[in-house]
Amino acid sequence: MAISKNFNLRDRGAELWEKWNRPQRTVFVLFTIGVVALLPYAGNFSITSILNTPTSSYQAVLVYPVGMYVLMALGLNIVVGKSGLLDLGYVAFFAIGAYSAAILGTRTHLNIWEILPIGMGLAMLSGVLLGLPTLRLRGDYLAIVTLGFGEIVRITAINIQSTGGPNGIGGIPNPPAVLGMKFNIDNLKGFFWIVLVMILLVIWMIRRFTARRPGRAWEAIRQDEDVAMLMGVPVLRYKIWSFSIGAAVGGAAGVIFASKAMFVAPDMFTFNVSVLILSCVVFGGMGNIWGVIVGATILAYLPERIRFISTARQLVFGLALVIIMNVRPDGLLPRKKREKIKAKGASN
Amino acid sequence: MNFSAVTSQFWSLLLAGVAIGFIYVLISLGYTMVYGVLRLINFANSEIFMVGTFASIIVSRNIFGYNDSSDTIHGFKLYYTLGACLLAAMLMSGITAVIVELVAYRRLRAKGTNRLASLISAIGTSIVLSEGARILTQSRPLASPRLLDKFFVFNVGTVGFRIDIIIVIVFAAALFFAVDRFVNKTLLGKAIRAVSMSEDTSRLMGINLNRVISATFFIGGLMTGAAAFLYDLVFENTRFNIGFNLGLAAFTAAVLGGIGNLRGAFFGGITLGLIEVFASAIFGAQWQAVTVFVVLVLVLLFKPNGLFGEAIQQSRV
Repeated sequence: MAISKNFNLRDRGAELWEKWNRPQRTVFVLFTIGVVALLPYAGNFSITSILNTPTSSYQAVLVYPVGMYVLMALGLNIVVGKSGLLDLGYVAFFAIGAYSAAILGTRTHLNIWEILPIGMGLAMLSGVLLGLPTLRLRGDYLAIVTLGFGEIVRITAINIQSTGGPNGIGGIPNPPAVLGMKFNIDNLKGFFWIVLVMILLVIWMIRRFTARRPGRAWEAIRQDEDVAMLMGVPVLRYKIWSFSIGAAVGGAAGVIFASKAMFVAPDMFTFNVSVLILSCVVFGGMGNIWGVIVGATILAYLPERIRFISTARQLVFGLALVIIMNVRPDGLLPRKKREKIKAKGASN
Repeated sequence: MNFSAVTSQFWSLLLAGVAIGFIYVLISLGYTMVYGVLRLINFANSEIFMVGTFASIIVSRNIFGYNDSSDTIHGFKLYYTLGACLLAAMLMSGITAVIVELVAYRRLRAKGTNRLASLISAIGTSIVLSEGARILTQSRPLASPRLLDKFFVFNVGTVGFRIDIIIVIVFAAALFFAVDRFVNKTLLGKAIRAVSMSEDTSRLMGINLNRVISATFFIGGLMTGAAAFLYDLVFENTRFNIGFNLGLAAFTAAVLGGIGNLRGAFFGGITLGLIEVFASAIFGAQWQAVTVFVVLVLVLLFKPNGLFGEAIQQSRV
C-alpha cells in the first residue's frame, strides 16, 4: 500500500489552504458554497443532467439521502471520528428528532422552526441518559448498548399509541416560509438549502471545537483514554459532551427529515440507517470533515444513480466497512497527519 | 400489565425461562470466550448463530428431504437425522466463526491497529453475513420441519415437561459442562486461559497465538451452533435477522454473569432467560427486547463487572 501511504489528498489540500491569504480563502469558500447551493439546478442543463437519478427525482435525492446523510455523518463524525466512540445506534437520535417533529407538529401549534431546538434538546437529553451508564466503560460496551438503543427506540415507536404504532404519523406540517422562501414538496430546493445551511453550521461548529479545548480533549481521549485521564482531562464529561452533541445533530436532521417527508413510520429508522451513516464516516475517513462529506455524498448518491447497488446496498456497505478497515483504515481522505510528522521531525 | 398470568402459570413460566436461558448460555459462551482472549466483543456472533439455524434446517429439508407437512419420525431414523442437523449447525457455525476471525480480526491484530478498527470490521462482517442471508432467502422466514414428536414426558403438578424442553436443558447443560472441563483441564484449554491472562507472556512461553485464538473462535462457534440447533428444535423457524435479538440477549447474559467468565455466562444466561420470560408475561411479548436492553443498561450502570465479574480470575477463560 505504498501509494496510499504517500498520497494524502487531505494534506495536499491543507498545504494549498495554508499558502493562501485571507481574501483568497474567502473567495474559495464562497465559490464552493455557491457551486453547492446551485446543485439543485444541475438537473436542468444538458451537460450536468448526467447527475440526474433514474428512479427518483433528482432534487429529492439531493435532500434525502445526500444532504441528510452528509449532515448525519458529520454529526456521527464528532462521536466516532473525533473522540473514537463507536455509536451503532445513531438512527435513534434521528428518530427522536423526527418523532418530536411529528408529535409536536401535529398536536400543538408550534411550527417546525420552534420544534427544531426542542427536537435537538430531546435527542441530546437521550444522548446524556444513554451515555451516563455506558461511557464510563470501555468502548465495546457503548457500541453494543447503542446498537440495542437504536432498536429499542424503533420497537417503542411501534408499540405505543402516541407514536401511531406501526402506521406512524402523517400530516406533519412543512416549515413556514422564511424571507419569502417556501418549503414544500414543489419547492425541494428550499429544503436542500436548509440542510446546506445546517451542514455549514455543523462544519463551523466542529472546526471551532477542534481548535479549542473540547477538540483537544477528544483527540487525547481518542488516542489514549488512560493517558488523557492522567493528564487531567475530565474524560467522562468530554465523552458525554461529544456523544450528546452528535446526538443533537442527528436530532436536527430528524426534525427536518420529518417535515420534508411529512410522514414518519418506525420502518424508516432501522439499524440499516445507523450502519449506512457509519459507513459514510468510515469510508470517507474518520475524523476528517472533508473525507466524511465526500464519503457520505458518494455512498448516498451512487445507489440512487446505479440501480444494481440499491438492491444489495447494505451488503456493499458491510463489505466496504470490512475492506476499508483492513486495507485503508483511515478511509478515503485520512485525517491530518502532518502535525504528527512535523512533531516527530522536531523531536529528532 | 398482567400479573395474574405470573401467579397462575408460575411454574411453567419458570421452566420456559430456564429452557431459553440454556440457549442463551450456549450463545453467550461464544461472546465470553472470544472476549476472554481478545478483550473484544465478537459482533458477528449473532450472525454465527443465524448461520447455524439455517444450516440445521437446510440439512433436514434439502438433504433428508423433509418438508412442512412431513410426519414426525421415530427411533433410529430420528436420532441420526437430528444428529446430522446438530452436526451441521455446529460445524457451520464453528467454521463461520473461524472465517470471521480470519477476515475481521487477524489482519488488524497483526497490524496492531486500534480497537475501533476491529469493532468496525467485526460489525461489517456481521452485516455482510446477515445481508447475504437476506438476499439468498429473499427476506422470507424458513420453517423447520417438525421431526420430533413433541409429547409431554411427565407432569409435575400442572407443569408439563415437553420432550424438546428436556432435550434443550440436558444437552445444553452437558455441553456447558464439557466446555468448562475442556478449558480447565486440557492443554489447549490451559493455552486459552494463558492467552486471556497475558498475550505477550503466553507468546513468550511458546504458545501459538493465532492457533489458540482460532481455536477459541471455533469452540465458541460450536457452542453457538449447538444453540442454533436447539433453537430450531423448540421454535421451529428462522429468519435472516434472527441473530439480532438473540445476540443482544446472549451478550446481555454474558455481561450479567461477568463477560470473560465461563461460569458467569452460565448463571447470566439462566437469569436472563427467567427475567425475559417473566417480563414478557407481565408486559407483553412485544416488550421482550426492551426488557433485555433495560437489564443490560442496569447491569452496566450498577455492576459493570457482572454478578461474578473479573474477581474470579482463575475460572476465566
